[in-house]
Amino acid sequence: MTATPDYLLETIDIVKVFGTLRANDGVSLRVAQGEIHALLGENGAGKSTLVKMIYGSLRPTSGTLKWLGKTVDIPSPNAARKLGIGMVFQHFSLFDALTVVENIALALPGTFDLAALSEKVARVSKDYGLPLNPSAVVADLSVGERQRIEIVRCLLQEPKLLILDEPTAVLTPQEADQLFVTLKRLASEGCSVLYISHRLEEVKRLCHAATILRQGKVVATCDPAKETAASLARLMVGGDVHAVRAAKAPREGAIRFALHSANLAADGPFAVELKNITLDVRGGEVVAIAGVAGNGQSELFDAISGERAVSQNSSVLIDGTAVGSSGVIARRKMGAAFVPEERLGHGAVPTLPLSENVVLTRHSDDVSLATKGILDRGLANRVTDRVIKAYDVRKGKPDPEARSLSGGNLQKFLMGRELDRKPKVLVVNQPTWGVDAGAAATVRQALIDLARSGSAVVVISQDLDEIFELADRIAVISRGELSQAFPAHEMTAERIGLLMAGAHEKKVGLHAARS
Amino acid sequence: MQLVLEKRSDRSTFFALVSPFLALLLTVAFGAVMFAMLGINPLRGLYVYFVEPLTQVWSIEQLIVKATPLVLIGVGLAVCYMANVWNIGAEGQLTIGAITGSIAPVMFPAWQDPSILIVMLVMGTIGGALFGLIPGLLRTRFNANEILTSLMLVYVAQLFLDWLVRGPWRDPKGYNFPVTQSFEGWQLLPTFGGTIHFGALFAMFACAALAFLMQKTLKGFEIKVTGSAPRAGRFAGFSRDRMVLFCFLLSGGLAGLAGICEVASVVGKLQPQISPGYGFAAIIVAFLGRLNPVGVLFAGLLLALSYIGGEAAQVTLGISDKIAKVFQGVLLFFILSCDTLILYRITFESGRKPLLGAVE
Repeated sequence: MTATPDYLLETIDIVKVFGTLRANDGVSLRVAQGEIHALLGENGAGKSTLVKMIYGSLRPTSGTLKWLGKTVDIPSPNAARKLGIGMVFQHFSLFDALTVVENIALALPGTFDLAALSEKVARVSKDYGLPLNPSAVVADLSVGERQRIEIVRCLLQEPKLLILDEPTAVLTPQEADQLFVTLKRLASEGCSVLYISHRLEEVKRLCHAATILRQGKVVATCDPAKETAASLARLMVGGDVHAVRAAKAPREGAIRFALHSANLAADGPFAVELKNITLDVRGGEVVAIAGVAGNGQSELFDAISGERAVSQNSSVLIDGTAVGSSGVIARRKMGAAFVPEERLGHGAVPTLPLSENVVLTRHSDDVSLATKGILDRGLANRVTDRVIKAYDVRKGKPDPEARSLSGGNLQKFLMGRELDRKPKVLVVNQPTWGVDAGAAATVRQALIDLARSGSAVVVISQDLDEIFELADRIAVISRGELSQAFPAHEMTAERIGLLMAGAHEKKVGLHAARS
Repeated sequence: MQLVLEKRSDRSTFFALVSPFLALLLTVAFGAVMFAMLGINPLRGLYVYFVEPLTQVWSIEQLIVKATPLVLIGVGLAVCYMANVWNIGAEGQLTIGAITGSIAPVMFPAWQDPSILIVMLVMGTIGGALFGLIPGLLRTRFNANEILTSLMLVYVAQLFLDWLVRGPWRDPKGYNFPVTQSFEGWQLLPTFGGTIHFGALFAMFACAALAFLMQKTLKGFEIKVTGSAPRAGRFAGFSRDRMVLFCFLLSGGLAGLAGICEVASVVGKLQPQISPGYGFAAIIVAFLGRLNPVGVLFAGLLLALSYIGGEAAQVTLGISDKIAKVFQGVLLFFILSCDTLILYRITFESGRKPLLGAVE
């Protein structure tokens, strides 16, 4: 027996260059055995790039990887798995139409005995507090359960290091708690965990050590338990994050936007059906819709924007006028504006310059942009400049293609494009997803300012911190059904979590007792 | 050493301009190798194929005559492909356009005033457009892949034409040849003295009109948006289905016009073969012209050269005129591969040795 090395995994001066971007710039990281190690950083800080190199799906431009003290080359995920590295990605790679055990069997090398594997899956998943029915079809499972499949799939290969990429982004608070128990148990058995997140509270609760990345460089390595959330945030962002200023007690305006028993059929075998959605939004207030990803948020957005028509014309009302059967152009003409979750490909055309992306949503209501079908490019340029200036959109070229902007700058531009019209109703899906803290603060402030000027604002978000920062009232969407909107000061993360899990359908007390 | 395609952060404007020329260069190099393998001096082969046709007035006229249908069809296809609508069946729409345009002269051989020419052109255009509408409707109603349906309808159209000229429309005084009676007088397009006919004007007008459409109008913007980002198009309030139908009507109509122009000029009657594959070669024209209406004009001339060069090679060098098809295919292959360089750059990545500096 040789002496056990100090660290399970070491990365030394890892550099990864994409074109002109240094995504990782001399990153050194050490993970001890049995340690839950957090990798913290804002979106775009280089966390995913680093992890992909450890997992073998990217090769470093330069630098060294050490595994149990020895220098190793990890040319492929297969090689990583052989070393004992397992990874759970943010986006699952599961076949919806197959059962749990079939999905697991597909990822295992060599031949397998399905019956024996089922038994093993059931045993391992029970042991680690990740209950799974091996014969269930994946399509019927919740996102949390799907994540369990991915974790169990890794555990079956008895990994020495488990990498999790933002695992709680898709979980309810209660599901996250359950996951933490499992991870702590794994660590106590000697398995190391590399935990990627930007949620500071959970890192403080769970992790033994943290490495913080900013713009591809390590800015600190610390014990998160000894830090405060604010000090961690400062390290991540490189400065203080401005709190959003909200004028207290919104004026009670008239109802500007309403959904009355709106229904929308699922447009695919795995899409969500919207059932009986009812919501009133008054001028002057921000209503947030919380929910775990994939519970009907994008369907709800489509129904609100008019990209898909709801079953009844009277189900969607803008300023009291029924618009359920009208398209997105008609709704914009009535003063509504929309910002979708997916920025590239939905909110903007990636390959077109910003000045043409302005035309995308404004050609319908701003008549002078396209008089008699002829484009006024001069006017489009002026609107673009105005938006860029007002919302501090940073860009390399005078009129760049949308895809060359960073996530935060593109979001500022897309928000600015709609805010520039002074909309009476604004609906935003995931306003700050993938946006750096500075831009997120700008976007949130703009949303509150618009509401206080008398417009109705609906924010669909998965980020509870954001929701508490913005919302006057909070509703929760779960499996295509929307709860009542409760005043924000009556809501807690706990209560939202129960609603996310669908408690409003059943007896709240029962679930509360169990958790 | 490993060849790696690396995505560029921005479109390369340099390669967007250079790519067609690079493709042309590679095609010529390929041609030289092919001539050498056929036992022909490569330089002489290339001269006969690409240069000689440009040295005589007669063959330059032929070049324009052959470019006319290629440009007419290619410019419509360019708009289609811009919108991500894949009409591969222009050859069939050309055939149907030729047939519907010929109804008037075949039914009323004695009709001899300018109005019959207008009727022929209008009916040819409408025929091509309606035939193009079929794959369009199959797409929007049943989500049937338009690449397959439009292509298969080509054979339907060609066999229908074959049946017509062998059956009901056969010229009774034609010695049993499968042809209609020859068109005469106002049933033929006027020429500019030589062999160049009015179709060339239509082609230039179509290029100018569609260049305006794509550059200056909301419709052109709609075409670009629905093509490159369908979801964003829906968000803008543009209907994908309407766009599919619009594209098929437009490109089908232009192919139909090209068809009747061919029949009312070069061919002069209906017969089983009315086009040497213009509808397919126009696909190459559209891509070689960068899906840009003005670019299509030049690409059409180049493809016309490949047809004339093929004929010249047959006569002078004694090789099959199928060589024209080989050149056209190879050219398309190289264009599509060179276009990769617009969005990607090629880098060499060493397997183990770390690179010192940034790759740029």
